[in-house]
Amino acid sequence: MNRGLVIQLIATGIFYGTPMAIAALGELLAERSGVLNLGVEGMMLMGAVVAFWVSRDVSGPNGLVLIIAVLAGAAAAAAVSLIHAFMTITLRANQVVSGLALTIFAGATGLSSYVGDLANLGGNPGRHIMNAINVFGLKDVPILGPIIFNQPALVYISWVIAFAIYWYVNKTRQGLHLRAVGENPEAADAMGVSVTRYRYAHVLIGGALAGVGGSFYTLVISSEWTDGITSGAGWIALALVILAFWRPAGVIAGAYLFGVVSALGANLSARGVQLPPEVFSALPYVLTIAVLAIVSSGWGRGRFGAPAALGVPYARDGG
Amino acid sequence: MPNEPDRRVALAAYAVTKRFPGVVANDNVDFEVLGGEVHALLGENGSGKTTLCKMLTGMYQPTAGRIEVDGKSVVMHSPADAHHNGIFMVHQHFSLVERLTVAENVMLGWSLDGSRIRFKRRKAEQEVARLAEQYEMPVDAGKMIGDLSIGERQRVEILKALCRGARVLILDEPTTVLTPQEAERLFASVRGLAKAGNSVIFISHKLHEVLAVSDRVSVLRRGVMTGTVELGDHAAAVDRKELARMMVGREIELGRRQRAARAQEAATAGLEIKELVVHNDLGTLAVDRINLNVAAGEVLGVAGVAGNGQREFAEAIAGVRPRSGGEVFVGGTPVRSGRPLAALAAGMAFVPEDRMGIGLASGIDVAENLVLKSFRTGAFSRGPLIRRGRVVDNANTLLSGYELRGGPSSLVGQLSGGNAQKVLLAREMASQPKVLVIAAPTRGLDVGVTETVRKLIAEAADSGTAVVMISEDLDEVLDLADRVAVMSGGRITGIVDAEGADVEEIGLLMMGQEQAA
Repeated sequence: MNRGLVIQLIATGIFYGTPMAIAALGELLAERSGVLNLGVEGMMLMGAVVAFWVSRDVSGPNGLVLIIAVLAGAAAAAAVSLIHAFMTITLRANQVVSGLALTIFAGATGLSSYVGDLANLGGNPGRHIMNAINVFGLKDVPILGPIIFNQPALVYISWVIAFAIYWYVNKTRQGLHLRAVGENPEAADAMGVSVTRYRYAHVLIGGALAGVGGSFYTLVISSEWTDGITSGAGWIALALVILAFWRPAGVIAGAYLFGVVSALGANLSARGVQLPPEVFSALPYVLTIAVLAIVSSGWGRGRFGAPAALGVPYARDGG
Repeated sequence: MPNEPDRRVALAAYAVTKRFPGVVANDNVDFEVLGGEVHALLGENGSGKTTLCKMLTGMYQPTAGRIEVDGKSVVMHSPADAHHNGIFMVHQHFSLVERLTVAENVMLGWSLDGSRIRFKRRKAEQEVARLAEQYEMPVDAGKMIGDLSIGERQRVEILKALCRGARVLILDEPTTVLTPQEAERLFASVRGLAKAGNSVIFISHKLHEVLAVSDRVSVLRRGVMTGTVELGDHAAAVDRKELARMMVGREIELGRRQRAARAQEAATAGLEIKELVVHNDLGTLAVDRINLNVAAGEVLGVAGVAGNGQREFAEAIAGVRPRSGGEVFVGGTPVRSGRPLAALAAGMAFVPEDRMGIGLASGIDVAENLVLKSFRTGAFSRGPLIRRGRVVDNANTLLSGYELRGGPSSLVGQLSGGNAQKVLLAREMASQPKVLVIAAPTRGLDVGVTETVRKLIAEAADSGTAVVMISEDLDEVLDLADRVAVMSGGRITGIVDAEGADVEEIGLLMMGQEQAA
């Protein structure tokens, strides 16, 4: 393979990895607070459809409309995640069941599809699209130019988000409380940290980020809406969180790896290399299983395992 | 080892009474803790120690009486209120986040310097290290809790309180989770805390610890303060017997079992235990080479303070918990380790203290619970199918003598504690077992059910079952048992005849003093 192809693969990998990365960063926050939300796919689709709707029906300068569209997508997905938060935190329902229900409710044959029909979004091209930015005019710099300095704004925003989450989780008091709530809510509660408030906040932020990730599909990758446009990216985002050991840097790296692999798959088949495409689409899950095996082993559990209270509803008095 | 510093009363309860429905947990209790003293609170489980401490830490409000901090009357509605008054409790179950560091745990929920956003790791670690050094409680502030020993974790809990300005520390049975060496270190730390002017309330039931660490000892029994003793310079001179008597002193005898009926053909093999060794869930030694024989028709009471290996002992005999060594024979038949079915087949019946947890399945009904041990037999099943009609008939027959509220189709989870115990006993006795192991037989039951359960135990023995009855209630043990084996630290420290037993002797055995051979 020549150098140009490698560079192009990496650049495309970053591009396609970004929506998964953003959604996974959101899920990471929710899971760090102890709430597993399997509704990522549904929330991404809600973000995608609402963002697209806004971009089609709101007129104004391109940049402003796109900002409003992304924020609207985030708000829509956060609203969906509020259902999950209420079910699992207030009513202490089973998180897996509630999350799956959320994806079915909001997913490709659910609310997102209904909203698309209602606003007659299908088959209409959008009027605004987020193009790559030539950062500091460096896009033609060899190697780094196409990879780093010629991406759409959301790619750069995702880096900011990842760093902000890293800083928040590790360097702030609120981040410390978040970790405590996800690991041992009883202990956090005993020290005066509100488990309910932390869990609600992080499920909602997680939902909002899933919506931002979803909007990437209708504002950046393609400027149209079709049902189920995220085609399983939400599930890969869930896998990414595990794969990254619940750490933001790992989420970014993993997302780009998957992006590169799928770009490679497309590239190989374009060159007539006979390899079933399922090999590439299965890879994230195969890797996730491998990582789960490591994480679940005695060796890995203490360091890399899931937040200890993940999936466990919290009730004071243990009842 | 008295302390010179201020002898003012730091924390006190005066004429405090706490009533729960049907129970007086604390009855007119007076309790004073001085500044700079280690004050031990001694008493059996259920004597009201915990209730008293919960009132001192704002978790309960007294029904009557008052609590004073520094001579001022206070009303505390929550642990947070107690914290504001400088009163902190360290529970047996630590409240620590394993995957956070020591410093992070200490800093949860508050800030060293009022900074609202930034968590200053370096600064937090320095502060924790400084306190750790000041109070000689060495612990590495940057280490993860999960990497620490139990003793170190306990130090972190204490540091958490000190960091927040604790002046009165309540340590709830702090040594139960510690090795003897760790306990020694804890005692040193506790002395250091007192020397620095803090007060420590040391809850314990182990006399030697209390003697080693305390300035004064108060004894609670059945919710009543039976006395406060000042330990002078020569703690050894204190009459241990006096303390033991204050702790377990006997009251009027009632309901003693008629033993006359017991035939003296005790040679019939009931239960034989040889060199039994068992480890607990944490992998530490819980039962240390116990040898016991219980004849058919005999009731052997196992007395002792909870947590001295009784639970593991019972579970190992019943086959529920694997043994680490030794042998168990039921009616002369050896029973393999950790095989409940094998024990069952040999004639073992087991009524655990955790009735709803491992005794009964709360999500299914009474009739089904009653056949949990026998449904495999042809009487209740045909191939993989359960014969519901027979199961219900069986329930009706078994329960006819038990005055059970609700019918065979009631969910066990909805039964009262007493009714659940009746169902459990009915099931276990249905198989006419050779051996019955029953733990905490009447804990939490009302007087009526208690009488029923006692009667059933007596009947079981009279019908030739060898009964091992494990109970913290010494009176109950003395009323029902033929012999009393006292358990302490995983060992049987002595066996006495229940008839005319010397309660002071039993108290000393319970505290770990071995019987003279």
